[in-house]
Amino acid sequence: MAPAPARRLAVSTRLAAWALILVLLWSVAYPNAAVVAGSFAHGLGYWRAFIESPADREALWTSVWISVVSVVAACAIGVPLAFLLARREFPGRRALRAVATLPAALPPLVGVVAFIFLYGESGVITRAVQAVLHRETPPWSLSGAWAIIFVHAYTLYVYVFLFISAGLENYDSALDEAAAGLGAGRVRRLVRITLPLLMPALAAAMLLVFMASLGSFTAPYIFGGGLRVLATQIVTTRLNGAVGVSYVETTVLALSAVVALVLFRWLERRRQYVLPSKGGGRPARRRFRSPALRLAVAPLAAAIVLVLVLPHLMVILVAFARDGAWTTQILPPVYTLDNFRRLATDPAFLSPVRNSVAMTLLATTANVIVCTAVAILIVLRRFAGRGLLAALAALPWAVPATAIAIGLASTFNRTDLPTARILLIGTFWILPLAYFIRGVPLVTSAVESSLRQMDASLEDAARGLGANAWLVLRRVILPAARPGLVAGATLAAITAVGEFVASVVLYTHANRPISIDILAQMRDFAFGSAAAESTLLIAIVFLFTLAARERARA
Amino acid sequence: MAGAGSLALRGITRRFGDTVAVDGVCLEIAEGELLAIVGASGSGKTTTLRIAGGYEPADAGSVLLDGEDITLRPPQHRNFGMVFQQYALFPHLSVENNVAFGLEARGVARPERLSRARAVLATVGLAGAGPRTVQSLSGGEQQRVAIARALVIEPRVLLLDEPLSNLDPTLRETMREELRALFRHQRLTALFVTHDQADAFAIADRVAVMRLGCVLQVGTPDALYATPACRAVAAFVGRATLVPAQAEGGLAAVTIGGIARRVRVATPDGAPLTGAVFAVLRPEALSLSPADAGEPDTWPGIVRSLRFAGAAYAYHVGLADGTDVEVAAPERVAAEGDRVRVGIIREPVAVVGD
Repeated sequence: MAPAPARRLAVSTRLAAWALILVLLWSVAYPNAAVVAGSFAHGLGYWRAFIESPADREALWTSVWISVVSVVAACAIGVPLAFLLARREFPGRRALRAVATLPAALPPLVGVVAFIFLYGESGVITRAVQAVLHRETPPWSLSGAWAIIFVHAYTLYVYVFLFISAGLENYDSALDEAAAGLGAGRVRRLVRITLPLLMPALAAAMLLVFMASLGSFTAPYIFGGGLRVLATQIVTTRLNGAVGVSYVETTVLALSAVVALVLFRWLERRRQYVLPSKGGGRPARRRFRSPALRLAVAPLAAAIVLVLVLPHLMVILVAFARDGAWTTQILPPVYTLDNFRRLATDPAFLSPVRNSVAMTLLATTANVIVCTAVAILIVLRRFAGRGLLAALAALPWAVPATAIAIGLASTFNRTDLPTARILLIGTFWILPLAYFIRGVPLVTSAVESSLRQMDASLEDAARGLGANAWLVLRRVILPAARPGLVAGATLAAITAVGEFVASVVLYTHANRPISIDILAQMRDFAFGSAAAESTLLIAIVFLFTLAARERARA
Repeated sequence: MAGAGSLALRGITRRFGDTVAVDGVCLEIAEGELLAIVGASGSGKTTTLRIAGGYEPADAGSVLLDGEDITLRPPQHRNFGMVFQQYALFPHLSVENNVAFGLEARGVARPERLSRARAVLATVGLAGAGPRTVQSLSGGEQQRVAIARALVIEPRVLLLDEPLSNLDPTLRETMREELRALFRHQRLTALFVTHDQADAFAIADRVAVMRLGCVLQVGTPDALYATPACRAVAAFVGRATLVPAQAEGGLAAVTIGGIARRVRVATPDGAPLTGAVFAVLRPEALSLSPADAGEPDTWPGIVRSLRFAGAAYAYHVGLADGTDVEVAAPERVAAEGDRVRVGIIREPVAVVGD
């Protein structure tokens, strides 16, 4: 049976659709278009300057190769880990499974701060190794390309792990059994059957890692050393006053992201199969046969768990360290509750927290309203602007946060009604707008996927029973949208509350978010205060997740 | 609320791009009548049903309820019950809240709508299932809930889209009888579509056969079977072998492999048919006799296969000119590979033009 055709629109719905398209054109497309237009303001002059600048060429090249290596590293960790947890039974499996996605729960700046505490020049691990080796100098320095790749691998392998795990979850063991019955050995089954079938999931995960690495700002910004990557180069160029060239850099960064998007989507689609319905179910987890592996796997699992949990533990530990007391010791020597006390009483500490929470609530509320309406229109209605609306809602996903921020900074820097510009730079409103834009694709796609699972005839059924548009929305569509809405809104809120990349370009002193304050504390070597704020951020993220779980269950 | 109404479709047409899904369909359903639309998938039957319910706009034609034009009236103002193919039960509502939804939409207070929902659930054999979740029900139970939900609003017309297609064969037989009894008892006007003629024959008063967006014939099940209007209906309704024949003056000469047999013919409403036609040979109108019996006006052939089908054996016999006919014989009169003779034992024989 063909799916029930989407409905033609009532006049009021059509008006709403075009109002939404206008809102997204203005907030999402216009700033990006303004950047592209700005890059051509002197004809090809800025572009020539970009091409002729060795620094810019180096930045582009470095961005690309670091992203490629990050993808390889993330796959090298994520794929084996997914297979290990899905297919094998061993002591410590549950613990490992529980913490395997933990790095994703770390706001980007907090992750970087934790890495400094652990592996930086005076980090705990660094000093411990130095002491064990009896060296005068630290055994490594956490800076440059490999440090960035290290952070990327740690935080981004989670995408690969989750996608491959989901693929293995849906994988029908009857396929493996059929191949085995035809005489294929374990390696052949893996290479010829399992991996090809997991290719779409892997391609999708690789795309996510590549895009995140390409747009990655925090790690290169904090410990890139002298290394230039596009995302940081944009900000540097802009601070140096070469605004035109920064537009070119922004355009190039966004274009690279779009090229990667098209490339990986092609790879993903070329290898899309419809898996047969479940015959054999998921294969049972087996123990390792070799005694040596059996002995080795438990300590190995314990080590991985430790590595994954350490950043969180370290941030929390340092949050109890007295500022300034931790100098040459391996671990902070003096512990105190002062940092948290100050956090609770000192208005200078309190205001960034208040700012972040307020701006997050504002942006996420706007996301919930706008994105639910957009997703309903995209999935359940058919009208002339539908493709445009879907593209607008997905656009911020393809554009790195730095590029979004530069677009906003260059568009809303003055009020000029004929060109639809409003002065927002320097006001409270610019950051909530940036957070809103970054949340649009997250919330829209989550609600979309929930609505796509809804049986299209439910709406017909409700209308046939006499329900008006409002009742259909309230009793049929919104309940169907709800799981995606909760998940998407949580994700958007988590992203917004720890947001750093757009914030560092756009913040003003009055609406300074937590992440900017953490950076300021780090610059003052007030590690304890920075860690206390980071701990608070982790706690807020944890609370959001918990609340979402409750809402989803209710 | 008014009881069952009469429904009329006048010249309904619906295009999707270049394809005409429904092409000038006219149907009249009297008050209290059960009409089935049968047809293969893609014949336009579901689109016709959706237009009748207001779920799909018609490009041309009109829908009349008790003579009033309701073509442009949206579904929520038609007061038709609809049972969807996949039932479309609201997954987040309990069974009784599903059934009560139509009453909720009509502003009926909660205690009353729940008691009415439970009452209707009882009539479909689901008393006490009200608080259960939709997911905990079996396929057959879900179907009953879908029907209860459509009935509780006291629909002017009940529409059903493939109501039995998701049920297993045994349950399906039972449900046919239950549905017919229920519809009769409630004096409902019902229009339902199905690709299974057995469903249509078992439930409906009259059956409309659709193909390529057009209604080929509307009639009672026995009329469709005895006097199909065209080859497509003859082939779709029941089993038959179509054999070329020459008709003239109420008789036809059925010629196979040079041997002609004259038979009385039947056409819809006794309309005269002359010239080259096709005779519709139903399995039960044919007989088998041993090759050496020497019966007159019979055709020699070889038994290609036989199958026990409950009430009779179904034989496939290859005749001299290559025609393959299906013959129903009450007993096992021949074996595979036997030479036999096939004769016509029941007249009149239906003939169709093209």
